[in-house]
Amino acid sequence: METNLALLLLFAPFAGFLINIFFGKKLSKTLTGTLGTVAVAVSFAATLYFFLQVLQTKTPVMVNLFEWLHLANFTVNFSFQLDQLSLLWLMFVTGIGTLIHMYSISYMHDDENMHKFFAYLNLFVFFMITLVMGSNLLIMFIGWEGVGLCSYLLIGFWYKNQEYNDAAKKAFIMNRIGDLGFLIGIFILAYLFHTVEYDLMKAELENGWSVDKAWLGIAMLCLFIGACGKSAQLPLYTWLPDAMAGPTPVSALIHAATMVTAGIFMITRLNFLFNLTPDVLEIIAVVGAVTSLVAASIGLVQNDIKKVLAYSTVSQLGLIFLALGLGAYEIAVFHVITHAFFKACLFLGSGSVIHALHGEQDMRNMGGLRKVMKITFVTFLISTLAISGLPPFSGFFSKDEILMTAFHHNKPLWVIGSLASIMTAFYMFRLLYLTFYKDFRGTEEQKHHLHESPTLITFPLIVLAILALVGGAISLPGMSWLNEYLAPVMAKPAEHHHLGNTEYMLMGIAVVGALIGIGVAYAKYIKKGEVPPADAQITGVTNVLYNKYYVDEIYTAIIIKPIYAIGSFFKNVTEVALSGFVFGLGRAATLLGNQGKTVQNGSIGFYLLVFVLGVCSILGYIFLVK
Amino acid sequence: MDVSFILVILLFGAAATWFVGDKLASKAALIFSTAALAATLYVIYRYNQGAPVSFIYLWNQSPRIFLGFQADGLSLTMTLLTTALTPIIVFSSFGNLFPKTRAFYALILFMAFAMVGTFLSVDGLVYYVFWELSLIPIYFIALIWGSGTAEERKKSVIKFFIYTFAGSLFMLVAFVYLYQRTGSFLNLHLYKAMLTSTEQTWIFAAFFLAYAIKTPIIPFHTWQANVYQKAPTAGTMLLSGIMLKMALFSIIRWQLPITPWAANEYKYIVIGLCIAGVIYGSILALKQTDLKKLLAYSSLAHVGLIAAGAYTLTLDGLRGAFLQMIAHGFVVVGLFFAAEVINRRFETGEISGMGGIRVQSPKFTSMFMILVLASVALPGTFNFVGEFEVLYSLAQSNIWFAVIGGTTIILGAFYMLRMFQQVMLGEKNEKFFADVTVSEGAVFVIILAVLLFFGLYPKPITDFITPELEKVLVYINRFNK
Repeated sequence: METNLALLLLFAPFAGFLINIFFGKKLSKTLTGTLGTVAVAVSFAATLYFFLQVLQTKTPVMVNLFEWLHLANFTVNFSFQLDQLSLLWLMFVTGIGTLIHMYSISYMHDDENMHKFFAYLNLFVFFMITLVMGSNLLIMFIGWEGVGLCSYLLIGFWYKNQEYNDAAKKAFIMNRIGDLGFLIGIFILAYLFHTVEYDLMKAELENGWSVDKAWLGIAMLCLFIGACGKSAQLPLYTWLPDAMAGPTPVSALIHAATMVTAGIFMITRLNFLFNLTPDVLEIIAVVGAVTSLVAASIGLVQNDIKKVLAYSTVSQLGLIFLALGLGAYEIAVFHVITHAFFKACLFLGSGSVIHALHGEQDMRNMGGLRKVMKITFVTFLISTLAISGLPPFSGFFSKDEILMTAFHHNKPLWVIGSLASIMTAFYMFRLLYLTFYKDFRGTEEQKHHLHESPTLITFPLIVLAILALVGGAISLPGMSWLNEYLAPVMAKPAEHHHLGNTEYMLMGIAVVGALIGIGVAYAKYIKKGEVPPADAQITGVTNVLYNKYYVDEIYTAIIIKPIYAIGSFFKNVTEVALSGFVFGLGRAATLLGNQGKTVQNGSIGFYLLVFVLGVCSILGYIFLVK
Repeated sequence: MDVSFILVILLFGAAATWFVGDKLASKAALIFSTAALAATLYVIYRYNQGAPVSFIYLWNQSPRIFLGFQADGLSLTMTLLTTALTPIIVFSSFGNLFPKTRAFYALILFMAFAMVGTFLSVDGLVYYVFWELSLIPIYFIALIWGSGTAEERKKSVIKFFIYTFAGSLFMLVAFVYLYQRTGSFLNLHLYKAMLTSTEQTWIFAAFFLAYAIKTPIIPFHTWQANVYQKAPTAGTMLLSGIMLKMALFSIIRWQLPITPWAANEYKYIVIGLCIAGVIYGSILALKQTDLKKLLAYSSLAHVGLIAAGAYTLTLDGLRGAFLQMIAHGFVVVGLFFAAEVINRRFETGEISGMGGIRVQSPKFTSMFMILVLASVALPGTFNFVGEFEVLYSLAQSNIWFAVIGGTTIILGAFYMLRMFQQVMLGEKNEKFFADVTVSEGAVFVIILAVLLFFGLYPKPITDFITPELEKVLVYINRFNK
């Protein structure tokens, strides 16, 4: 019964995928959308059942299917585990997933390939569940690559546009760089532990299995490279902003709330190993902090509403990695959850705006939308307050915990994180003001068509906004339900911060910082009523930021172009030289062969006949004699 | 019924196909190749029950030559690969009209006959004869039914013929030497020969030359891309899907157990060469403007990795290589068929002449996409299983082998997705592209079913080949302990 229910949890979205991919074209659009949504909702219901069960019993549910890979010193089974960590992840993956599917019914209704959209979205949820539910690294890797594939399919969903296809391809390839790291990490761990099952590795360590620390460090570093790819950290983050080419629900589900948290999930899952390699943790913390600052600074000047949100996502993920690097896995998970709520809400809200403006994404052509899109505006405002870290919104609690931990462990990282947070408050309010305040700056025609989105779109917004508002309650300072809940999957107990003067002072600094950011945005965009200039007029530092520090250009110059140059060299020089050498030999042989040419008459039929007859007679002879 | 029946069916089928005439030739070929597949399955069934299915007959007293066909996990798997792919290849050619039809299909069956003979032979000399025999049909197939001008075709095909023939001659010399040394051509006798290190080095090198050319391993690959491009697609499928596996199989069956000391001594050099081929082939694939050539270089990269796995001399490496041989056989046949499907409609192999196909043909696009994903070894496809095991074995040999060889997953994604984008995506092509016909679709569905099934459940094959590979390892380890 348990096994069947777990399989239903896993395969319901896959069934949705199959139905939509094979029969979707014949079904009505509303039906395909409903089917896709129900498929994920079924998973959510099953998750809820297990979640409540594990809350009570505190024992994980294990499902073992059959052997997949067999190697000399380890085997890999299709096996799954539903424990505190995976269930928590599944809760928001399937929960937010259901909401976003529902939203898409309306959002994608005019698209001729709506059934494919839902098929891919279902497939994504299936792979995400696989990733989370697997009880070993290889099953996680199936999900890991699978979500990458779905991300590729969905970024390039409008495949007639080659720029979008470029973005899709880029996402896949950059992720694969990380995936190679992931694979090498798996190789080393499998070699060290003779297993890739989480529980077995853990048990071996507890039983005093001695592991080569240097190799373990390399393995964890490799796995972190994998996490950098999937969770868009330096230096592999550049695919995520481009991934905004996909339809907005995709950005919300895959590129904000769920898939990009896979790296964080993996590190949290393996916390018992990362704890043994403090040097790697240090690297993770630094990479996370720097990423959060770099991405936030780029976000300051972007004018595409989705690009701002994309850089904000990279930046927030950076903060989460900072928490991971400090060994504060619970806090990282906490911020993942609150971030999933408010960022999904923000993306869906931006989708609602884009929908109302018939595809317009440039904030310079927006403005004044709060009057016509009241629900979108209010939900957007709540989420913006949450991401900016103002109490009592959820983002305040989770972000504050991260900064507090950073303060206790590593002051420079605290400074970097705080700076990134101030920037976040600024650019988010910049976005809010440019989009919703002042007067509408678009065309007359757009102005006539301005409207609030239908219920299927606003309902998910409202639910997410409520969660963004109250989500902080799962881990209040001093009395954290989350820490207690996660304790069984953590190797070390959560740090407990006594709420003293320092802590209140830190909260105060964080809030003041956020208010400064908001204040600057207010002064610039409300008081002075500034609108960002056209692209050509952007100069100086702003231009460098606007062009994202030219990182894409640098990568092209130092990696892509050299590869093509080497390719040209191989093609035009090496191949020709090698080939010429052999052909020279060949020519000599042909010259000799010409002597015997007269004997041949050129009829293949004749050759064949002789040939076949010859072999037949030999074989016939053998059989007869035998 | 023993394994020799499979050979008889194929050979008789070749003759019958020739005699029934042009009209019925394709159907006859399909019937006989399917019969061979059925026979193979039956033989495997009997083998699994413990029935004797090998065939051995002393053909000649002096020198002692055995007409022997050994049935074991390895040779039967390769035989099955051949007899499973042959009907697919035959059937996939139904959409083309060939002049001299009967010769074309007869040659395909004859080629299958020669390849199965190569996989099954236990006697070095007979093995050598089959090995060379397989060259003849493919030579004619490429020469007569290939694309491009006759002059160009002749140039690349003759180069291919001479190149591979020359390489094989060294192998013949090695066999003759081994016979003089041991008095036998039988593999089991040769496995037990205690050769000196110098002897091993020379014999290893002679074998290596033959296999490196046939596989091909760089820098012995220059015949490949042009022949793959010029040959008719059926020929390219035979070459890339099955024929090059003769070399990879022979590494495991002949070279490594006969000269284990040398294999161990030179393994790092050889693996290095194989892995260099992975990068070299991948980067060259990026620069190709012809679809079939791109796939040829991609194949060069993949087989380099397979060979590297075999040369690790570990169970994981050998098993991974073996699994990957089968997976690669199916995926490469599928990919070349996709190129052929496009060629039938657009009459070009130039990538620049393609694009905008997806919007016209959703079914073809999905099937092609899955093949591309299998080719880049996405987990869940058969190719991942083999690639994972090979890379894992390389990692144990030296972590850098795995890192450099592993770049195939990045570069592979790069050139394959780039190709897919240029060939399939974008605004609708002005030229009409009809979606796959039922028979074309059937070919794809069969191939994809194999790739996905064994991607999730490789155990039947793994269990079938592992005991034999363990035996091979015992021979390999007789010098290296």
